[in-house]
Amino acid sequence: MSINGWLQIALLLLLAFILIKPLGAYMARVFEGERTFLSPVLGPIEKLIYVIAGINPKREQGWLAYTLAMLAFNLIGFVTLYAILRLQFYLPLNPQGFPGMTPDLAFNTAISFVTNTNWQNYSGESAASNFTQMAGLAVHNFLSAATGMAIALAVTRAFARSAATTLGNFWVDMTRSTLYVLMPLAVVLALVFVALGLPQTLDASVTATTLEGAQQAIPLGPIASQEAIKQLGTNGGGFFNANAAHPFENPSAITNYLNILAMLSITSALIYTFGKTVGSVRQGWALIAATAILLVAGIVCVYIAETSGVPSHLAMGIDPTLGNMEGKEVRFGQAMDAVYAATTTAISNGGVNAMLGSFTPLGGLVPMFLIQLGEILPGGVGSGLYGLIVFAVLTVFVAGLMVGRTPEFLGKKIESREMKYAMFAILVLPFAILAFSAIAAVLPSALAALGNAGPHGLSEILYAYTSAAGNNGSAFAGLSGNTVWYNTTLAIGMLLGRFAYAVPVLAIAGSIAGKTRSEASAGTFPTHTPLFVGLLVAIILIMGGLQYFPALALGPIAEHVSMVAGQLF
Amino acid sequence: MLAHLRPAIATVLLFTGICGLAYPLAITGIATATMPAQALGSLARNGETVVGSTLIGQTFTADKYFWPRPSATSPNGYNAMASGGSNLAPTSQKLHDQIAANIDAWKKAGGSGAIPADAVTASGSGLDPDITPENARSQIVRVAKARGLSEADVAKVVDANVERRLFGVIGEAHVNVLKLNMALDSVK
Repeated sequence: MSINGWLQIALLLLLAFILIKPLGAYMARVFEGERTFLSPVLGPIEKLIYVIAGINPKREQGWLAYTLAMLAFNLIGFVTLYAILRLQFYLPLNPQGFPGMTPDLAFNTAISFVTNTNWQNYSGESAASNFTQMAGLAVHNFLSAATGMAIALAVTRAFARSAATTLGNFWVDMTRSTLYVLMPLAVVLALVFVALGLPQTLDASVTATTLEGAQQAIPLGPIASQEAIKQLGTNGGGFFNANAAHPFENPSAITNYLNILAMLSITSALIYTFGKTVGSVRQGWALIAATAILLVAGIVCVYIAETSGVPSHLAMGIDPTLGNMEGKEVRFGQAMDAVYAATTTAISNGGVNAMLGSFTPLGGLVPMFLIQLGEILPGGVGSGLYGLIVFAVLTVFVAGLMVGRTPEFLGKKIESREMKYAMFAILVLPFAILAFSAIAAVLPSALAALGNAGPHGLSEILYAYTSAAGNNGSAFAGLSGNTVWYNTTLAIGMLLGRFAYAVPVLAIAGSIAGKTRSEASAGTFPTHTPLFVGLLVAIILIMGGLQYFPALALGPIAEHVSMVAGQLF
Repeated sequence: MLAHLRPAIATVLLFTGICGLAYPLAITGIATATMPAQALGSLARNGETVVGSTLIGQTFTADKYFWPRPSATSPNGYNAMASGGSNLAPTSQKLHDQIAANIDAWKKAGGSGAIPADAVTASGSGLDPDITPENARSQIVRVAKARGLSEADVAKVVDANVERRLFGVIGEAHVNVLKLNMALDSVK
């Protein structure tokens, strides 16, 4: 640890904080359907899309129609992406002549990008053509993020409206999210990225003759455009296998800064948008405060763990100043690796700028635990906000039980119907993670894919299903996941984590929207106070995290004890 | 559900056109026209020959060159077509043995004193173009001897190639190995 390291972390979080209000206020305008400075350019495109697609933007949908539209959109997205992945050999812009993906790998990859997970059982540089990267994968970096934003908007309106039967129009919300929020930011960021060194070309590769006379083939591609939306949409799927550790995806400390800011920007600002739309900006800030507390705690833990280094390595005479450098790049430093690792997992991004599997046991435990808390800190674009609201609803319910009053959130009574759906949504994650991990841990073919022995092997399995069900996408990459078993079960985990969560949440939204919004009275538990923030943090830790402790004790915690005792596997 | 299929199919196709083709192609066009050096991979040239990308590490084994970090790419180090790290755990015997072997090699090449961590560990990308200034300084004796230069002269080139933190705060000081070696080659 160093003063400068802490300074870098503080500066980055400050910049992320400054972005929240302007971006959040802009999005509130966009989603209210108001004109913005981009309307003259984007308005006609938007109208044309509605005409061609047969969408009546004025017609609102109830929760069921909204949900079915969302599911239909994702189904068609999955089918087209699966087709592209299988058929890429016959499609244009494939100068390397990559063959189509196998059925199970294409299934896994298509589900992965449609669900905003971006788990990658393939290496971009040796398996995905430029066409696949652009017209297949990057499209879903936009659309999966827009899907998440649309669902979050429906939930927002449920609280903002009183005795309403509709939640908005899915097609309009998805279109406006893409055109007015994701696209303009992606264009600006992509161009800045090129200026800072990210390649952007349709060439496949260039061959260099090194100073010592050897040949080195260097892959190129439309990397900057992909990287920009990968961060803004909290997708995380890299152009290359090494993701944002790769110097072409993340060439310098300044691009690393921009990467982290980009991934934090929209998802944090959406919470502000929520507050503004429901008429309580303070509510937005209270939710942001709760996420910030846990995110900062995560960053601090990773930074301390990684700068402490690995005792058995240090014992060989390594200078301890740099900390644990296996799997890390020189240009970033431990502080920025810690922020990246905690942020990418707290917000469901899943890109990495250092290999998490080589982190110290506790440094690796934190990212895994942050995903297990439910990807709500502040989570994926949209999905983080609606997940956070589920936890807020749980918190007022628990508070209501403690003081013996009917729980209310933003003037809406929380009753048994909402609680049942909320509990169902929250239990999906541990079910998918722990059940699949338990089976994989006794299945010989699943164990053969491990890259490390001992407790770290279990951590690799646990991390994989955590990442899939949490729709994160990062990995302890020692695991060779491109097998029929992992491709299939991880894809099922991703589907459950996305849709078995989103559908009950939309059902809650439908039920909440129909209730009359009541004014706060003396008996109302205020939900924008430090007391509420503290309770929310506690509920997230208890409801979100506690069930994983037995599994974590056998994985990272056992590994930590082994490491301190000097045991190797 | 069926009523939703038309807008679903239409929007997926339209956005494939907008986000999947128009957006990346427009960025490619603007980038190639205004920032060709970066857009094409920040290539380093020796006269006409492309000797590498300043962003992508490459193997150096001759004594007269500074050496990069160990690389875990397969089948050989610094294979840019297969980026990646070792993904070995801190409790891995294999990683322990690899680091021990790297330390032996570092000592055999003339390293002494505290071992710079980056000199004996593999990066996450396997293509790290940089080393720490401490790592570079630990190689000065070997490089100076192989080139018949004084250690002070080589140290001067190293110092000139240290890239410092942006605004004194952001990032870590590092030395780009390819740029450093090209600078050395141009010293007469």
